[in-house]
Amino acid sequence: MVTTSTIGRSVPRREGAAKVTGAARYTDDLVVPGAWYGKTIRSTVPRGRIRSITLDPTFDWSRVVVVTADDIPGDNVVHLIRDDQPVLAPKGGEIRHKEEPILLLAAAHRGTLEEAARHVRIELEPLPPVYALEEATEVFTTLEIRKGTVVDDLEEGVVVERTFRVGLQEQLYIEPQGAIAIPEANGAIKVIGSLQCPYYVHRALKRALKLSDQQAVVVQAETGGGFGGKEEYPSIVAVHAALLARKAGRPVRLIYDRHEDLAATTKRHPGVITHRTVVKKDGTLVSQDIEIVLDGGAYCTLTPVVLSRAAIHAAGAYSCPNVRIRARAVATNTPPNGAFRGFGAPQSLFAAELMVEHVAERLGRSSVDLRRQWMLRLGDTTATGQELTESVGAELVLDAALKACGTVGRSDGRTVKRGRGLSLVFHGSGFTGSGEKKLQGTIGLEALADGTFRILTASTEIGQGTKTIFCQLAADALGVGLDKVVLAPQDTSLVPDSGPTVASRTAMIVGRLVQEAATEVKERLKREKAPLRVEKSYIQPDSIHWDENTYRGDAYPVYAWACTIADVEVDMTTGEVRVTDLVTAVDCGKALHPVMAEGQIEGGCLQAVGWATIEEIKMKDGGYQNDRLATYLIPTALDAPRIRTILVENPYSRGPFGAKGIGELPMDGPAPAIIAAIHDATGVWLDEIPATPEKVLAACASR
Amino acid sequence: MRFTLNGTAISLDVVGTRRLLDVLREDLHLTGTKEGCGEGECGACSVLIDGEVADSCLIAVGQVEGRAVTTVEGLADGGRLTALQQAFIEHGAAQCGICTPGMLLAAHVLLQQAQRLSAADVREGLAGNLCRCTGYTKIIDAVLACAK
Repeated sequence: MVTTSTIGRSVPRREGAAKVTGAARYTDDLVVPGAWYGKTIRSTVPRGRIRSITLDPTFDWSRVVVVTADDIPGDNVVHLIRDDQPVLAPKGGEIRHKEEPILLLAAAHRGTLEEAARHVRIELEPLPPVYALEEATEVFTTLEIRKGTVVDDLEEGVVVERTFRVGLQEQLYIEPQGAIAIPEANGAIKVIGSLQCPYYVHRALKRALKLSDQQAVVVQAETGGGFGGKEEYPSIVAVHAALLARKAGRPVRLIYDRHEDLAATTKRHPGVITHRTVVKKDGTLVSQDIEIVLDGGAYCTLTPVVLSRAAIHAAGAYSCPNVRIRARAVATNTPPNGAFRGFGAPQSLFAAELMVEHVAERLGRSSVDLRRQWMLRLGDTTATGQELTESVGAELVLDAALKACGTVGRSDGRTVKRGRGLSLVFHGSGFTGSGEKKLQGTIGLEALADGTFRILTASTEIGQGTKTIFCQLAADALGVGLDKVVLAPQDTSLVPDSGPTVASRTAMIVGRLVQEAATEVKERLKREKAPLRVEKSYIQPDSIHWDENTYRGDAYPVYAWACTIADVEVDMTTGEVRVTDLVTAVDCGKALHPVMAEGQIEGGCLQAVGWATIEEIKMKDGGYQNDRLATYLIPTALDAPRIRTILVENPYSRGPFGAKGIGELPMDGPAPAIIAAIHDATGVWLDEIPATPEKVLAACASR
Repeated sequence: MRFTLNGTAISLDVVGTRRLLDVLREDLHLTGTKEGCGEGECGACSVLIDGEVADSCLIAVGQVEGRAVTTVEGLADGGRLTALQQAFIEHGAAQCGICTPGMLLAAHVLLQQAQRLSAADVREGLAGNLCRCTGYTKIIDAVLACAK
């Protein structure tokens, strides 16, 4: 029998039927007999010291379990990059942000829990906080990228200097954070949760609860969106739930409501980015001098890695002989910022793309022509000195996007003005630098006695299609029908560590391992009988060189490319910006599943439209003022333009069937395209997003 | 109290002030109805009450006395997916899936109420249901595929 490959075909999503019937079980849907409810008591001040914690003796505490820092058996550290973030603020220790967890409660009934929470007295000694990035003195990390020697000026040249600002953004997965911890035999604790990275949580549990590899078990439930928001934060929820369960000796559910999720969890790093660009009169790009400052918030979280991706993408998708990128991330007394789709690149590419516009304007040139003159081509080198040897799609996506767009309708009315803007971006697929080499992600593939196959991976399905695409890749390589392949549950007691589900790496890096393992299983089955199991780990190709100390070399295995064209309407009386049309051409290498690729791109684009236009977080005394869904707005179906995706297939030799990572790329392009479109419509340049009505009106008024 | 749930008459002994959402999820184990915000902004908890879309997080169970409540579990007929559910799968309208139950119910009502639907009608009809994964394009395509 000949089995037809499903690669490049949009087969039904594996868990699609479960999701459309309500049968899919997310964390809070799971029934765990005997489970108590958990709650986190948090700091009300942005900075201070805990003087005392008192449990009001008039309340009956026998019905409640209380956990403080003193109940942590292991290290009081949320395990990640730096050991600066406590699981719970210790007595006498410094509180560094509002909503910082201090104490945990669990009870059989929600009512008891709320009552108990009202009887906890925490006495805090306030300390002077730092809110503004400009005033911050504590630096988490700095880095510098150098290529050639930047020049300040040029005879017969043009110099453009400009500063841009980008704001906080909430991931706003529709399912809030949550975890259920279940104590098991032999001191083991199982945590089931909404999460992207089972092994991050596994390491955090082992560290804080002093558990062995086997005693800590992490299982991903169906997960209602992540976007980076469930990369590192779930470690905190899981450790908290596990501490409560351990002390209570029974399962504990710790499910955040939306208000707590918005108020306490990580956001996209805000930043200030300054460019000084020098060009010749004919437009030749001579020098890019760039400074990036990101606000990390109160704790380090993943900030150094975010800063690194921001810096590497800061020069944009262009070839320049002389580049200097100086980047630093600072600490403020605001809730920690963390992973969010794009991971620093949307921030720095926003500035890079608008610089093209400003230089073009100074030269009196079309910015599209200037992009053609500057864009990276095969054989060019990036800011880190990486020579691009294959799959360079800048020109392909630019041509494809332009071809798909008609002419922009000009505004005739005085009140509503129309405009169009374009951006050209690239995004590195996979971990930065030596990340993949250090991690050596591993997957397993089993041939079972009944003739079916099972993929063992910690890579999670969070809506982007891991479950379907991995099965497609394995079935194709095995030469069997899709129905013969399943994905084992994302359970650390069953699956090896294939790395976190982040960094646009799942299809390209882990998918390739699935393909390799399936090929080997097929070969072995010619000589051996099932059951058998093959494991495959990532091996860095010899051609990839990266020097972490100098930031020189191959920053990423390959890049994906996108050109986005946005049409906007600006209401000149209200200042309201409406994105009416959005076309994006994406060089994805190969679309393994076109519908899912388009879906991911469209969702990413709309998230970027939100960031650029309406998603604003207002700060007050170190906390978020709009920490409810009634006040933090994301685009609805009415606000959203129809997004048209053009998939350009420009294969990458080491991706499965040529596929490159596209999870984050769509977050990069829309914001600068929208700001350019607003300029096209109104004649004013905004240097800051979101382009709220207030900012648009103020810019128009000061013109 | 008594009401009709997914076509079946039921009687329950519950405190009437509890949220319909909690009674559905905790007492009746119908967990297809999700809580996204708890304040009527996201639509993840959408159910139909006498054929109209309602946020079950804002409704006290006492308010549905004698009425007909439909949840996502009531859409498929004896395990057979509706055309709309099929279209959601085919068009890629469900990604993470957490908004899908509410989105399906809102779309179901649209399709029941109107003979012809434009993309703008669908956008307006689904504006109370937030999705963060799809950018809505594929959801709208799925609904339009089922419109006459």
